[in-house]
Amino acid sequence: MGKTLFDKVWDSHVVNTIENGPQILYIDKHLIHEVTSPQAFNELEDRGIPILRPDQIVATADHNTPTQDQDQPIKDELSRKQLAQLSENCKKNNITLYELGHQYNGIVHVMAPELGVTQPGMTMVCGDSHTSTHGAFGAIAFGIGTSQVAQVFASQCLLLKKPKSLRVTVNGNLNYGVLPKDVILYIISKLGTNSGTGYFCEYAGNVFEEMSMEGRMTVCNMSIEMGARGGMIAPDQTTFDYVEGREFAPKGDAFDEKVAYWKTLPTDADAQFDKEYHFDAQDIEPMVTYGTNPGMGIKISEYIPEVSDASFEKSLKYMNFKKGESLINKPINFVFIGSCTNSRIEDFRVAANYIKGKKKADNVTAWLVPGSKQVEAQIIQEGLKTVFEDAGFELRQPGCSACLAMNDDKIPQGEYCVSTSNRNFEGRQGQGSRTILASPLVAAATAVEGKIIDIAKQLASASSALIN
Amino acid sequence: MEKFTTLQSRAIPLHIENVDTDQIIPARFLKATDRKGFGDNVFRDWRYHKDGTINHDFVLNDPKFTGSILVAGDNFGCGSSREHAAWAITDFGFKVVVSSFFADIFKGNALNNGLLPIQVTETFLETLLTQIEKHPETIIEVNLENQTIEAKDLGLSSHFEIDPYKKTCLINGYDDIDYLVNNIKLIEAFESQKTY
Ligand code: SF4
Repeated sequence: MGKTLFDKVWDSHVVNTIENGPQILYIDKHLIHEVTSPQAFNELEDRGIPILRPDQIVATADHNTPTQDQDQPIKDELSRKQLAQLSENCKKNNITLYELGHQYNGIVHVMAPELGVTQPGMTMVCGDSHTSTHGAFGAIAFGIGTSQVAQVFASQCLLLKKPKSLRVTVNGNLNYGVLPKDVILYIISKLGTNSGTGYFCEYAGNVFEEMSMEGRMTVCNMSIEMGARGGMIAPDQTTFDYVEGREFAPKGDAFDEKVAYWKTLPTDADAQFDKEYHFDAQDIEPMVTYGTNPGMGIKISEYIPEVSDASFEKSLKYMNFKKGESLINKPINFVFIGSCTNSRIEDFRVAANYIKGKKKADNVTAWLVPGSKQVEAQIIQEGLKTVFEDAGFELRQPGCSACLAMNDDKIPQGEYCVSTSNRNFEGRQGQGSRTILASPLVAAATAVEGKIIDIAKQLASASSALIN
Repeated sequence: MEKFTTLQSRAIPLHIENVDTDQIIPARFLKATDRKGFGDNVFRDWRYHKDGTINHDFVLNDPKFTGSILVAGDNFGCGSSREHAAWAITDFGFKVVVSSFFADIFKGNALNNGLLPIQVTETFLETLLTQIEKHPETIIEVNLENQTIEAKDLGLSSHFEIDPYKKTCLINGYDDIDYLVNNIKLIEAFESQKTY
């Protein structure tokens, strides 16, 4: 029987199998950041265990960093200490760190692919659940807890049971205005938040084949929101072109050799998955969420479903929405375009393209936060910054920012925020804040209109106006 | 890691589904660089009102309920990979969490910290939750060796599954680092013969 992409990568990384137990899985790349690593460093130090392969670790500061005045000392004492600790730990252990202000600094899941650290066929981990992002390259990439960070420090391996396999296929033509974010929000709204638990997911079909690497990263990023530990897309020419020439990508003959190997990775035609789902691209429309988990999503033009269930009702109460209600015309005061889901150059191009020649609504506070210094530089270079500023928007400095509101970028109590991030949990963006997840296009339109609009309808009438 | 064999305790019923790690420990408390003290902020935004006063409606603030077993609704621990969630729960004094479903990463984190996640059926969970709510004094017995959870007074009992390797680790107080470090030779051999 044939093998899946996941099988091929996993099986080639198994060091050993414990009888009746887990396998020892070798990890090629370990990404770390300030929040989930300090306790792991401490643990190793306490036990007198050295870090086995410091050159396979890449560190960045992202979760807890300010998005303004990054050249100034950080005001919050605990944050400052946490970042200082990361620098100290990396220095002591010879780990490459792209700290705040470095030209390569950024959200770990944005900067690592940009630098070519992420490559097809690798195993990658990070103490962050959205490590699934890197699966867009055909890598096995998943989030781990801090004890596991310590395990990888100590042994470059993890003890794991091989997850089951799941494939989500989407074929057909996407409707105008439907972005990769809508595709994944749609999938999660259909499958629910724990359908993927215990599984690794492969995304297949022409919709993903035709997506850019940025779009594939957006999709794989949110795999964890349906419970799957990771998501993967088969590497192809789009992948190879993206990787080629990047800082840590193999060069010359070594690159060609790797490409030849990467071409062997896609799932064999006769491979079997434990679970399969199929969707038709035509059914997908721009999406928004109305509740407090990412599975609670609807097409913008739809109404909140009428479900009688205590946790559903608790969720609607928190959001202050009613069953059967439409979100269209809901006034919105906060918009966030950023996070490892949607803070790459393509996302800002989409937003700028919509915003160009328009003005931000007066009631809206909008935070545009690039995923990395490199994205920030590109925004400036492509003239998008001017577009944003002319429309009354402010571009901030890179970091996780309002995605998890660990820094000062918090949405106030009771306020709605249309956000391109990945989680709409209670209080995720600040105590009492209410998050509506959406694509960068929907977010940009909300910022301009000051309320949620039926973007598909607006685009359709704009294009028919052009034709007439 | 502390060893775990058996436990007899009262339980606290957290009758809420999809409890995510942002609820267990909100991100603003993740700035500490050691593992201790997170218990003070476990379920922070449910335990306290925004103005810092105690929310008496929340079960953890209800003096009727006490104990080192947390019984929670379906899909417990979803969301972020923060192990701080497991630290906060153990630091608060819990040794066992019971639910009908656990998110992967949370489950792994719990096991790596000597916190036993017990997965039971939805029916068993629902009965357990409602019974504890009615009879807060109920004693629950957990036996890891036999893989059982029982509330004798209520005539409730269930078997639970656990990975045999993880079971051995918990009973003996070993963790994965011990195992991996003992296998460094094997790992180095693998590195020198990598086929990819
Ligand atoms: S942007 Fe948000 S989801 Fe992504 S790594 Fe940062 S905190 Fe996590």
